[in-house]
Amino acid sequence: MSVLVYVEQADGKFKKSVFEAVSYAKAIADNQNTSLTAISIGNVAEGDLKELGKYGASKILNVAADQLKNFVNQAYASVIAEAAKKEGANLIVLSNSFSGKGLAPRVAVKLKAGLVDGAVEMPNFDGGFSVKKTAFSGKAFAITSLTSENKVIALNPNAFGVKENAVDATVENFSPEIKPTDLTAIVKEIVRATNKISLPDAELVVSAGRGLKGPENWGMIEELASLLGAATACSKPVSDADWRPHSEHVGQTGIAISPNLYIAIGISGAIQHLAGVSSSKVIVVINKDPEAPFFKVADYGIVGDAFEVVPKIIAALKAHKG
Amino acid sequence: MLVLLPLIKYIHMKILVCISNVPDTTTKITFTNDNTQFNTAGVQFIVNPYDEIALSRAIELCEGGKGTVTVINVGEVATEPTIRKALAIGADDAVRVNAAPRDAYFTAFQIAEYAKANDFDMILCGRESIDYNGSQVAAMIGEFLDIPSISIIKKLDFDGTTATIEREIEGGKEVVSVTGKFVASCAEGTAEAKIPNMRGIMSARTKPLTVVEAVAIDELGKVTKFETPAPRGAVKLIPAENAENLIGLLHSEAKVI
Ligand SMILES: Cc1cc2nc3c(=O)[nH]c(=O)nc-3n(C[C@H](O)[C@H](O)[C@H](O)COP(=O)(O)OP(=O)(O)OC[C@H]3O[C@@H](n4cnc5c(N)ncnc54)[C@H](O)[C@@H]3O)c2cc1C
Ligand SMILES: Nc1ncnc2c1ncn2[C@@H]1O[C@H](COP(=O)(O)O)[C@@H](O)[C@H]1O
Repeated sequence: MSVLVYVEQADGKFKKSVFEAVSYAKAIADNQNTSLTAISIGNVAEGDLKELGKYGASKILNVAADQLKNFVNQAYASVIAEAAKKEGANLIVLSNSFSGKGLAPRVAVKLKAGLVDGAVEMPNFDGGFSVKKTAFSGKAFAITSLTSENKVIALNPNAFGVKENAVDATVENFSPEIKPTDLTAIVKEIVRATNKISLPDAELVVSAGRGLKGPENWGMIEELASLLGAATACSKPVSDADWRPHSEHVGQTGIAISPNLYIAIGISGAIQHLAGVSSSKVIVVINKDPEAPFFKVADYGIVGDAFEVVPKIIAALKAHKG
Repeated sequence: MLVLLPLIKYIHMKILVCISNVPDTTTKITFTNDNTQFNTAGVQFIVNPYDEIALSRAIELCEGGKGTVTVINVGEVATEPTIRKALAIGADDAVRVNAAPRDAYFTAFQIAEYAKANDFDMILCGRESIDYNGSQVAAMIGEFLDIPSISIIKKLDFDGTTATIEREIEGGKEVVSVTGKFVASCAEGTAEAKIPNMRGIMSARTKPLTVVEAVAIDELGKVTKFETPAPRGAVKLIPAENAENLIGLLHSEAKVI
């Protein structure tokens, strides 16, 4: 089994989730006694491409065609499928990011490959090939067994971790032909806040709910998040009321996340909220109601008024950081 | 006097909305048969919440006789109440592909086969079904039909020829324009979910619901077992007056900061 990993770039740079996907793909390649090839599409500098060697990619296919500068899943899927054929790769790994979710299914259909999206663990090779993935929006896991010759895995961010495993990396230019019909969708504009930590990738998350009473009280939430280097999130009623943007809404009908630390402030812990956050590694709950259901899944709890508790935590954090 | 007649382009849009039948969001998920099957006992099924958003946007785009909305579900006869709910919300007609939705590959193939034989301007899905597939069906339909697919959208405008779509990306959004047929998977923001009114509920009973048989396709994999998350240990309570102790615990005990 030869392994190919797709390394997604944003503005020519790789994010942590990419190094994580490479680390994961490398672990699979090692297990199967094969080497790992990465494929990058868009304009990434040679030095950044070579850095992928640090995580185990020994060959990097670089597709730098100008018309592929922006992500168009239809064209990117064709390129990845071509690369897989050229490399004889029958396992393709990518990140289960927003773009990955639109890309992996197309690659899978092109290669007639079974697809596991939202993988959270290394595959199990005992008597076959199966992978554990999240299901029921985080309320359960499903072990999916793939029987097809080709396979695609979309790895959840923060599920495997970044592992260094340095190898010599060579960069090879690759210019497959692009069908014009693959470029029907045209990217007109990209708006990205570069100063903010993106929620799906965040290792630390500070989240707040209706207990905060109104959008004017989010200052302390943002301050705590920025001191921690955390992303901010919120419950559904908060984004429904436009106190915060929809992109911060976590839960069953929002984003599902599994950061190392999730701090929930003034959130009751409804089943739909918990679905999206309960696989966080450490959960802290701050709520004035000792009966709030969220305490049942918390590791640390503070029963108290957020408006008194949070400033104390901020002060302690400032002291801790010196 | 010279009367200038505006050039009216006659548009009759046809939109296909894919709906999945999923357990109500309050469902406590459990499994039977040695954890190989989802336990449906006592479970209430609903239209997947994101599909309600997709359907609502489709209805808005077709308002005022500008087009018709067909809903499609791949499912066995037990899903018909969910399909009727979609008709009550305002779809014009419905199709049920008579088969258990084995996986996303199977489901997307059935929908693509139906769409091939019927000329739709756009196909709308939900961002993901809240059971177990996970954001696969829309892009797979796009691939089977060899047309663009835009995943996780939060805005959709259509001027009769070109769709302008906002898609979610990490830390922001991307604006995409598509001319011609496409598939999109809708998330929050695309529309407010509509609630059926009495007239809708009454008329849903008589709207056409066609049943078609599934087309065979190879199986590439399947779910062999389910697991529920391991229970967490007891919560460690920190008195509010010593809230500052949290930082020390997160640093030296939990080792996350
Ligand atoms: C179909 C469907 C899908 C849904 N999907 C989601 C989802 O994806 N995500 C989601 O979050 N919700 C979702 N919900 C909504 C969910 O059921 C809850 O209504 C919601 O999570 C409650 O948000 P909340 O905890 O912020 O508000 P509330 O339930 O109002 O809780 C506020 C909490 O703040 C506490 N509080 C009040 N004042 C203070 C104070 N001064 N200091 C400290 N604590 C205080 C209160 O004790 C209370 O526990 C969904 C609902 C439905 C029907
Ligand atoms: N059985 C089904 N029948 C019709 N549409 C479906 C079915 N399953 C999924 N879909 C559609 O595909 C979307 C994404 O589902 P999934 O890929 O399963 O997460 C859903 O929101 C629906 O719009």
